Amino acid sequence: MGRKLVIDPVTRIEGHGKVTLHLDDNNNVVDARLHVVEFRGFEKFVQGHPYWEAPMLLQRICGICFVSHHLCGAKALDDIIGVGLGSGVAMLPAPEKIRRLGHYGQQLQSHVTAYFYLIVPEMLFGMDAPPEQRNILGLIEADPELIKRVVALRKWGQEVIKTVLGKRMHGISSVPGGVNKNISAAERDRLLYGEDGLLSMDEVIEYAQEGLKIFYDFHEKNRKQVDGFADVPALNMSLVDDKGNVDYYHGAIRIVDNDKNIVEEFDYHDYLSHFSEATEPWSYMKFPFLKALGREAGALRVGPLARVNVTGSYTTPLAQEALEKLHNYTGGKANNMTLHTNWARAIEILHSAELIKELLDDPDLQKESLVLPADGKSWTGEGVGVVEAPRGTLLHHYRAGREGNITFANLVVATTQNNTVMNRSIRSVAEEYLGGKTEITEGMMNAIEVGIRAYDPCLSCATHAVGQMGLVVSLLDASGKVIDEAYR
Amino acid sequence: MTIQISIDGKQITTTAGKTLVDVAAENGIYIPTLCYVKNKTCLGTCRVCSVKVSGNVMSACTVAVSDGMKVEVDEPEVSDMRKALVECLFTEGNHNCPSCEKSGRCELQAVGYEVGMVVSRFPYRFPVRERNHTSGKIWLERDRCILCLRCVEFIHDAESGKKIFSLSKRGAKARIEIDTELVESMSAGQVKVAANLCPVGCIIEKGHGFNEPIGQRKYEKKSIRERAVAKNNNE
Repeated sequence: MGRKLVIDPVTRIEGHGKVTLHLDDNNNVVDARLHVVEFRGFEKFVQGHPYWEAPMLLQRICGICFVSHHLCGAKALDDIIGVGLGSGVAMLPAPEKIRRLGHYGQQLQSHVTAYFYLIVPEMLFGMDAPPEQRNILGLIEADPELIKRVVALRKWGQEVIKTVLGKRMHGISSVPGGVNKNISAAERDRLLYGEDGLLSMDEVIEYAQEGLKIFYDFHEKNRKQVDGFADVPALNMSLVDDKGNVDYYHGAIRIVDNDKNIVEEFDYHDYLSHFSEATEPWSYMKFPFLKALGREAGALRVGPLARVNVTGSYTTPLAQEALEKLHNYTGGKANNMTLHTNWARAIEILHSAELIKELLDDPDLQKESLVLPADGKSWTGEGVGVVEAPRGTLLHHYRAGREGNITFANLVVATTQNNTVMNRSIRSVAEEYLGGKTEITEGMMNAIEVGIRAYDPCLSCATHAVGQMGLVVSLLDASGKVIDEAYR
Repeated sequence: MTIQISIDGKQITTTAGKTLVDVAAENGIYIPTLCYVKNKTCLGTCRVCSVKVSGNVMSACTVAVSDGMKVEVDEPEVSDMRKALVECLFTEGNHNCPSCEKSGRCELQAVGYEVGMVVSRFPYRFPVRERNHTSGKIWLERDRCILCLRCVEFIHDAESGKKIFSLSKRGAKARIEIDTELVESMSAGQVKVAANLCPVGCIIEKGHGFNEPIGQRKYEKKSIRERAVAKNNNE
């Protein structure tokens, strides 16, 4: 008699989801699924609203990567009024750099949240550690100095966001064609040199390097487990600049295969020609794929691991050094090791910090020319915005009527792009850790969650509820009858 | 004629016939208002300025002061009544401050803060209200309308003097209409005046918004209370 294991809800992620594992009579895994069990509906209820309010409404979809949603929406609005890249118009230097500054600040704080608060507990204590230890409170007890630095690092990222957008969360910076304020010299100096209770730029870079070292130490001690954990194939996608290197704010969409050969590269405005989406009755999350390759072969990975697989290099020295080490590890091939996503994430924290430093040294931030005005004739009524959000390639596509009302909205969020590869990871971990086992331990179930957390999924694209989510594991027979349950 | 009144026990010497809400403001006492515009005809539509006058609840924007009048503003029952009225205005419409471009400049939002509203004690009605975005200059977002009638009474066509906005239907179905021909002849300045006169984000300039950074918006620079009681409060 086969049985079904359920993890509901999955913990320490953003949003609400559950995992079901179907085992046959010999306890071999026959199916593994990540279900997204909530529905939002932003694409529908933004319709009818004035187009210039859309980025403010849609950034509320997420409490972590709201800047990405804000910027995606802003880029789409640039297109709609005819001063965007869709019309071949480049943004003025100052507003683009100010947008980038907010974006990098968010990437830093988002990655710090995911990496230190949600992922590092297993790296320090192990997947089998007691649940009451492997969390942020356990970290505070084990290494209070580390957590003080982590809190300070995250705070600094939040202050970058606040400087640009006016608030640490859900602020407003971008308007169609530009931004609504520049960065004063005093604001710049506060971030560069710090103040009482706020790190300096150099300290941020130092702390980011320490974060990377945590991964190196963990990897050194657990090389076999880390490298063998959910080594699953997928194509890798990222925005790239004209040199083929990752650009978190803008570029062409590039997709590479396991040998890092370019499978496709295209202007993101043409995304509908390249992507399709499959649906399943058991999840509210769709399964995007490349049309040309079909659902299985065309499944994509996005996010930190995909980006380091796509990019040739970085422009900043410390991150470049770390990137080379990661690249050399797989000898020129794409890296498919799911837990190496955390390695890539730690590198991106450092990369973001270095990029911010470059921007803060740029006098364009103090310029007064902040908006590219549009005349009524340039109106196109349609726009697509894409950025590399912390979790991967994020896309907003709007259409607006000539009267200014939004008539269509399509959001393709990074976690959606990762849906198939996350399910592959779950299946891989389930087969390795649970397959053939008669007794299911708490640590085995946690391994499944570790695989999911590596992607830092934002299932609702909303604030996560760390500390409030219990775990229920139900054992059901083939007829669906519950034969055993465990709670934590 | 010089008279004496008291507001919350404070003895005030003023002139008979002046509007109570103005007398209070001149003496540093804030009474929340939404439909009231200083030096304009009293509308008395929102009742948010309700106070007790000699024990009776009255709207301070429609009361002319008289000698010996005893006014209570900071009194528990009437304070809660004002708060309840503000809550009603939020629950009767569809107010989405986070994405509304009037946020930070919105009088309803500012008054909500002043009366200490955190949540509403009343259930939200989620009314279905049709937007009017046919004009090339003004977007009428009826979801946010509180039917104060400021626009109806105070916005007129520069040439003909005709009303540009009007009220149609009655009760819960009442709504503001816009004369789509007259609105096209409005100057950019007049559109701005109309948008600023609207105490909420119902009348908004098309294609504009969010130009003022957070922290520099009207009621972030100076609260609605401070503006009301300031000596020169014509802003």
